[in-house]
Amino acid sequence: MRISLMTTCLVDVMAPDVARATVTLLERLGHEVVFDERQTCCGQMHTNSGYYTEAAPIVRSFVDTFEPALEEVDAIVMPSGSCAGCVRDQHAVVARHEGDPLLEERAAAVAAKTYELSELLVDLLKVTDVGAYFPHSVTYHPTCHSMRFLKVGPRPLRLLRAVEGIEVKNLPESDTCCGFGGTFSVKNEATSDAMVTDKAANVVASGAEFVVAGDASCLMNIGGKLRRTGAAPRSVHLAQILASTKEDPFVPSDTILGRASS
Amino acid sequence: MSTVHLGMPEVRPQHASPSSTLRGSRGFNEAARDELADETLRGNLRHATATIQAKRASAVREVRDWQKLRNAGSALKWQVTDHLPELLEQLEESVTAAGGVVHWARDAEEAGEIITRLALERGAEEILKVKSMATQEIALNDVLAHAGIRAIESDLAELIVQLAEDTPSHILVPAIHRNRAEIREIFLSAMPDLDPSITDEPAELAEAARRFLREKFLDMPGKVAISGANFAVAETGTLVVVESEGNGRMCLTLPKTLISVVGIEKIVPTFQDLEVFLQLLPRSSTGERMNPYTTLFTGVHEGDGPEEFHLVLLDNGRSAVLEDPEGRSALHCIRCSACLNVCPVYARTGGHAYGSTYPGPIGAILSPQMTGMTGTDDPNSTLPYASSLCGACYDVCPVKINIPEILVHLRAEDVDRRRETRGEFHGTWDAALKGASTLMSSPRAYDIAVRSAGALGKLLPGTNIGKLPAIMPLMPGWTDHRDLPKPGPSFRTWWDQREKEKAARGPDSTADGAGDSTADTAADGAADTAADGTTREGEEQA
Repeated sequence: MRISLMTTCLVDVMAPDVARATVTLLERLGHEVVFDERQTCCGQMHTNSGYYTEAAPIVRSFVDTFEPALEEVDAIVMPSGSCAGCVRDQHAVVARHEGDPLLEERAAAVAAKTYELSELLVDLLKVTDVGAYFPHSVTYHPTCHSMRFLKVGPRPLRLLRAVEGIEVKNLPESDTCCGFGGTFSVKNEATSDAMVTDKAANVVASGAEFVVAGDASCLMNIGGKLRRTGAAPRSVHLAQILASTKEDPFVPSDTILGRASS
Repeated sequence: MSTVHLGMPEVRPQHASPSSTLRGSRGFNEAARDELADETLRGNLRHATATIQAKRASAVREVRDWQKLRNAGSALKWQVTDHLPELLEQLEESVTAAGGVVHWARDAEEAGEIITRLALERGAEEILKVKSMATQEIALNDVLAHAGIRAIESDLAELIVQLAEDTPSHILVPAIHRNRAEIREIFLSAMPDLDPSITDEPAELAEAARRFLREKFLDMPGKVAISGANFAVAETGTLVVVESEGNGRMCLTLPKTLISVVGIEKIVPTFQDLEVFLQLLPRSSTGERMNPYTTLFTGVHEGDGPEEFHLVLLDNGRSAVLEDPEGRSALHCIRCSACLNVCPVYARTGGHAYGSTYPGPIGAILSPQMTGMTGTDDPNSTLPYASSLCGACYDVCPVKINIPEILVHLRAEDVDRRRETRGEFHGTWDAALKGASTLMSSPRAYDIAVRSAGALGKLLPGTNIGKLPAIMPLMPGWTDHRDLPKPGPSFRTWWDQREKEKAARGPDSTADGAGDSTADTAADGAADTAADGTTREGEEQA
């Protein structure tokens, strides 16, 4: 299939290896990946912060980038549950706030072809064993938007369990938010810190070497807390694990979500 | 007969009166910071919310058609908000027909005046109360105290809060922020006859409260009691009070005069509708299959129960909530408090941080709508932001109120109001998000910015960004607590190099092993080697 990659702004700049891993994985599975350099952001930060008027031009830019090429691709993939959720549920809200039914219609067409990574793999590409190799223990944090808004359910865990060499450990209080919440992490930093402190402690208690999730933002939050407290576990994105093979194994760098070698 | 033109109603919905306990004195963030620093409180809350949450989960798991029940509860509540005026008139007729007297209170002041007048006319010096959020909302105990009337809470937890001269911090468990040792201290200082050898065993504490209240109950015939109600049935005029202790039932049956203060949204259309809510509420609230005491009462009956019954229907901002189609489902709340117990924010800050009688996720959407959000210095303007939008509240809500969606809607309302108010739209966040919007809607400018981020990252020491100076805008909010990855060469930089490489090798390059191509082109990234020796995928290859 021909799959258009929307990296998300955060991954493009702060966690580029997550997007590289997505490309590596999909190409290994025999698919063609295209990347449109006009892409910027889905507008989630603005939307969830209530800046609908400021979100509108971002949504318009997103739709202008992906809508004209919709016929040429089978799917758009985003390695982020919350960004995919924004495209699917919130672009319409922003368009309505702007009184722009055409934008709403075009955004809906883009949303209909947009998938979060685990949805793309399991639902569209019909694969759970992607031939990955990751000889480490991991614990899975389901991330709120993937779990409650997109309802990806057990898809990421099915993908993880099929990885050779992996050991998936139980994460206490896994369903509880890590405290990221976009601008919440800065606006309500004391509350956010209390939340991520507990999440990091639970990751440590799981005994796993890595905490894995489908959202780079949550992983940046948990990973950043683990780094700050000097705790051993690292955060790793689902795509990075699924891209890892015996020939080209994932080794984390000292940078949060970064990769040291291949 | 000639027709009389009555015209359109001239009275517009108004927000809750300032005397209501719906607004704190400072914003959520500031209040939360203090609450978070209290280790005892954190421990009390964590233990209590986790316990109730687990109990609720197992009570809900037993019900195979739980989702259908939720749908039914939600549909009924939508029916109520869609037909509220007619249903209220029907309720007034039914209650009146059953021998009750209906009073309409536009706001907290009117409700306070009506109740005070009724109590004074009956010579009441002391009245007993059934646990009620509506009377908390209108600060009824204070209002009555001004008129020289002492209100005594009969609910154990409300009594603890009252004796401590504290305020409730939870809808169901008002003293959730107190542990047993603290309750023992409160009782010892407020109950002069209490034996000081009392321990903090729950049974002993309950016994002390029982003895204290028993005397009050014995005095009750001939007196006035005040309650709220969980439901008011329009069809029959029946009020329903759901409780655990039985103290409520004593207050509802023993006094000569009963006054019930009920929010106008508490209506259910028919008696049969109770079957849905009496299943949804106890399981969501206390995690019980059925609550121990459910009292249904309709008007007055000679020789049975109160001789006089007064129903005070309270608006206090509810009509204003009803006016907003996007936010009005906040009125569907049945006060179960499941959203509080499951909320990771509430479980850490506690209820007092919200400043309102209605704390937690439901409070964060209800309080600002009832009072209105009046400006950047309005504490209630901060409530819609008191959430990470994790959505756990929506999942557990028995009437499916989409709390995260309404939170975002209220944020937008707050931002829009500030944007339209001259002088209020120039905060740091406003500037940052306006700037980001311009950049992110200009693909070319954004492309340049993203490609420059790696160069910016090189200027910073270390592999990740540690604590940043406090004078920097916004960023210390993150870096005070967690490291931040340093921006390195962007994905698109890598992608370009790979595309160039592929083009140089000819059109079939993708087919002969994408993995190799990835590795090869990544090596080109070495041109971008970080000055401080930070290694990234491409650089390590080189």
